[in-house]
Order: sequence, then structure tokens, then C-alpha cells
Amino acid sequence: MIDVLRILEKDARISPATIADMTGRTEAEVREIIERCEREGIIRTYKTVIDWDRLQEERVFAFIDVQVTPTRDVGFDDVALRIHRFPEVHSLYLVSGEYDLRIVVEGRSLKEVAFFVSEKLATIDRVRATATHFLLKKYKEDGVAFTETPPDDRLAVTP
Amino acid sequence: MKGVDTVPVLPAKRVREMPPSGIRKFFDLVSQMDGVISLGVGEPDFVTPWRIREAAIYATERGATRYTSNYGIPELRAQIAKYLEANWGVRYDPTCEILVTVGVSEAVDLACRAILEPGDEVLLPEPCYVSYKPCVELAGGVAVPIVCRAERGFHVDVDDLAAAVTPKTKAILINYPNNPTGASLTRRELEDIAQLAQEHNLLVLSDEIYAKLTYDMKHTCFASLPGMRNRTILFNGFSKAYAMTGWRLGYAAAPAPFIEAMCKIHQYTILCAGSVPQFAAIEALRNGESEVEMMVDSYNHRRRLIVKGLNRIGLPCHLPEGAFYAFPSIKHTGMTSEEFCEKLLMEEKVAVVPGSVFGECGEGYIRCSYAASVQEITEALERISRFLKKNVGVSGAEEAA
Repeated sequence: MIDVLRILEKDARISPATIADMTGRTEAEVREIIERCEREGIIRTYKTVIDWDRLQEERVFAFIDVQVTPTRDVGFDDVALRIHRFPEVHSLYLVSGEYDLRIVVEGRSLKEVAFFVSEKLATIDRVRATATHFLLKKYKEDGVAFTETPPDDRLAVTP
Repeated sequence: MKGVDTVPVLPAKRVREMPPSGIRKFFDLVSQMDGVISLGVGEPDFVTPWRIREAAIYATERGATRYTSNYGIPELRAQIAKYLEANWGVRYDPTCEILVTVGVSEAVDLACRAILEPGDEVLLPEPCYVSYKPCVELAGGVAVPIVCRAERGFHVDVDDLAAAVTPKTKAILINYPNNPTGASLTRRELEDIAQLAQEHNLLVLSDEIYAKLTYDMKHTCFASLPGMRNRTILFNGFSKAYAMTGWRLGYAAAPAPFIEAMCKIHQYTILCAGSVPQFAAIEALRNGESEVEMMVDSYNHRRRLIVKGLNRIGLPCHLPEGAFYAFPSIKHTGMTSEEFCEKLLMEEKVAVVPGSVFGECGEGYIRCSYAASVQEITEALERISRFLKKNVGVSGAEEAA
């Protein structure tokens, strides 16, 4: 199963037939593994990594660190669940260190993101403090470099 | 030879008479074309891992730009000794049993020149890498080709080796995993060669540059076999496992008398391997393992993909145990391997290498490197399939049935 997932993790568009050849499994076996992983929530979704900066498409991302007072029994989970329902929240992690939650928020403008922080986030019970860092440039995301890839300049035929 | 009539004095006869590498001719042909998918490349498609390149940049900044010890930087030799022991269970003294060279190519040349008397014979299982025969011959030796057959997955038959031994035989030159066939030998098979070497008091030159690129089996270092350490000159390097072809860095490990002899020639011809590549190699051995594993995994996927595909379209091909080459048969097409490759290039713009450049018995086969992307391999297979249907008139499925 891991072998199939490793291949899909790098390229979700690779066909089950090709994966079958690559892993020495049958195509039916590969399809079954993929279906099972989808069913069991191991495969969450298939997405595309896009460099929006190459288009005239305005997208604003910010990393927001949040300090939360934990409570007995639930810790940070109830606050995290409250936050993760907002569609603006791109990613949400519980982290170690000075702050407790790290949120990646996506908006169409600086203002939109700022409003989200001051009106939705800071007003949640037990949120003690926030620190907002706007993303200025993406160099690499999900293991994919956003810089130019060097051409394959190997000599065409070598011993 | 081009333009011999324009110069008043000629290059030496033995060099004039040496055939140029068959690869060169093909390379010139491919270079003039656009849109070619090349499965003809004998090097990784990965760029050298960044941590290794960065180590070289730091070394350059630090000014590590001078001659090194003839044998190579002591720290590098220490790391090589550690690597050989940890990976292949062979122990070498880094002070006098390891020589860092400009690629395995230099090491093979040095070894031939260091061990051969005029007329000494070297058994050479073929198909094999293009430089072995010229190296043996330039050193005054005689290369004795031993045919490895497809029915045996191109594993050399020890009986064929034994039958070729004469009083003049000095050494056997083996290369497993093999370029161009991808074949590798089991420990058992290597033990048979070891026994033969013992019986006839032969040296074994073992080029194990592809050792890390071994799939579904465990690589056995020839020198690790009982009694073999003292009659083996072991070659390895950084080009394949660490994707460092352009750095030109390899090494030989052998008992001190051989290394000393080789170093004598090395110090007069090369002096020392490049200093910056040597610092890069230290980083490769110290911290490169996880990236090697990632690359090996990736080759393994593509190995299965291309072999499955070649068999499916009607080019019978064994599953190679190592390296990054598939070596299918094209005998049923009625074309020679050179004709096949030229026609395939012209009609479908796919570059593969004729098996004949790796020795006479490579005729009837082609070498397909799978150090190419999955997309390229898939597209190349489609083109070859179309080519076969057009020129042989048999679809892959029928042929395979």
C-alpha cells in the first residue's frame, strides 16, 4: 500500500495501469488499494500545486500564531475545531513553543485577512494573543520548488 | 581517422587502429535532432543532491583549491574505508589501500597498466562497458571476450570463464551490476568465480560502481568473499549512486602493493583527483544515504515500468537486477542493432544505444536507460511500439503470445 501512496503523493495523475507496472502489482490490485485508501480517509483528496504569482491573480496568505488557554479534558481541540470551520483557514496546526496554534489564512486582500483576525479569531473565548505574518513570496510549497527548474542538459547519448 | 593526410606526422599506430567508441557516432547523430526522447543516457537524471553541491561551494569559499595527497584527502579515504566496511563488509586501511581517482574510468586504466605484462590476458565477460577492452589493450594486454547469454539473464557462466583460461591469463574483469545489461550475480555465482580465480591464481578486477543500485537482492562485494580480498582490485565511485557523474570521482581499494603500483602511475599522470569534488564526496558519504535510498526507489519503479512495457510491445527483456538499464532483444526484427537504433531515431525520434557497441555478443540487443522520467519512458514505449508495428508488422501482443 505504501508503495502506491508514495507514487501518488508525488504525482496524483499517474494512472493505475502505470502504477501497476511500476510496483509489480496488477492494475486491479492498485485500483483496489486506491479505493480503499479513499474510503478509509487515508487519501484525503487530490490537489494541484499552483504558483498563483505567475498569474495576475491576487491572493493573500498569512501565517497567524495564536495563544490559547487550554482547558481540562479538551485541551486546545474545541478552539481548533471552531477555527478550522472558517473557509478562510487554509491550514491549521497545533505546535510547540511560545504559541499554540499556527493557522494559514487565505484571503483576497490584506484587509480581508486583517478583518478575519480581529473580528473572528481574536474574539474567540480563550484566545489570548495573535501574531500575524503576511506571506510575501513562495519559494517552495509541499515539496515543490517555485523557482525555475534547470533544464535536463545531459548529453543525449553517453556510455 | 579523419584528416590523416593533412598532417606530416601521424599519431601512433596502435591508437590509429583503435576503433572509436560506437557511442560517439550515435551521439553526433542525435545531437542534430530536436524533440528526441533519449533512453541513451548513461547517467542519473537526478542533479547531485543539494547538500553535496553546497559542501562543494563551502569548500570553494574556504579556499580548498590546492593539490591534495596523491592518494586523496585522508578524511575522504577514511570515509571510504568506513563506507566499504559498513556496506559491503570489507576492510581496507585508508592510509595505503585506497586510491581516489578521476572516476572509475581512471582506476580501471591504472589497474590494467599496473598489473599487466605485455601479452597478459584478461577475461572480459561481454557485453560490457566500452572502456574495458581499450584499457586492457593500451596497457599491452589481450582482452579475451567471454560471451554472456540472454538465456542466463546475461550472467556470466563460470564454465565459459574456465574454458578461456590459458597460462597467460592474469585477471578477470567483472562489472556487476552491469552496464549495459543490468545483470548482477548472486553470491553463489560470485563464489564460483572466486574458486576459479583461486585455482588459476588470477586477479579479479571488480567494477562495482552500480552496487547501490541493486534491486530485489543483496549486492555482494567480490572482495568480501573468503580469500578474495588479496586478489581483488575493487572499483567504486560517486557518479551513479550519488548522481555525481560530472564531478569525475571514483576510487580503487586493494592490497597495498596494487594501490602503491597504481598510485605511481596516478601521481605522474593525474597527480590527484580534483580537490573540490573530494570535499563534496566527503559530504556524500557522511550524509547522503537517505537521498541515495530515495533515488534507488525511484529507479526501481521505472525499472519495472520499462521492462513490463518492453515485453508488452514485443521486445523480450529480462528483469535486470541492478543499474538503470534494460537490455531487450531486437533479433526478431531482422535488423542489426545499429540499423534498428538509427531507423528508430529517424522515424520516431527515440534514442537508444545499439548493443553491439558493448561487444560483439551485444549484437541483436539495444540498451534502454530508464534514468528518464515516467512520462518520457511511457511516451518512448508508445513510439517504439508504433515503430515495431510499422517495420516488423507484428503487434506487440501477438509477438508476446
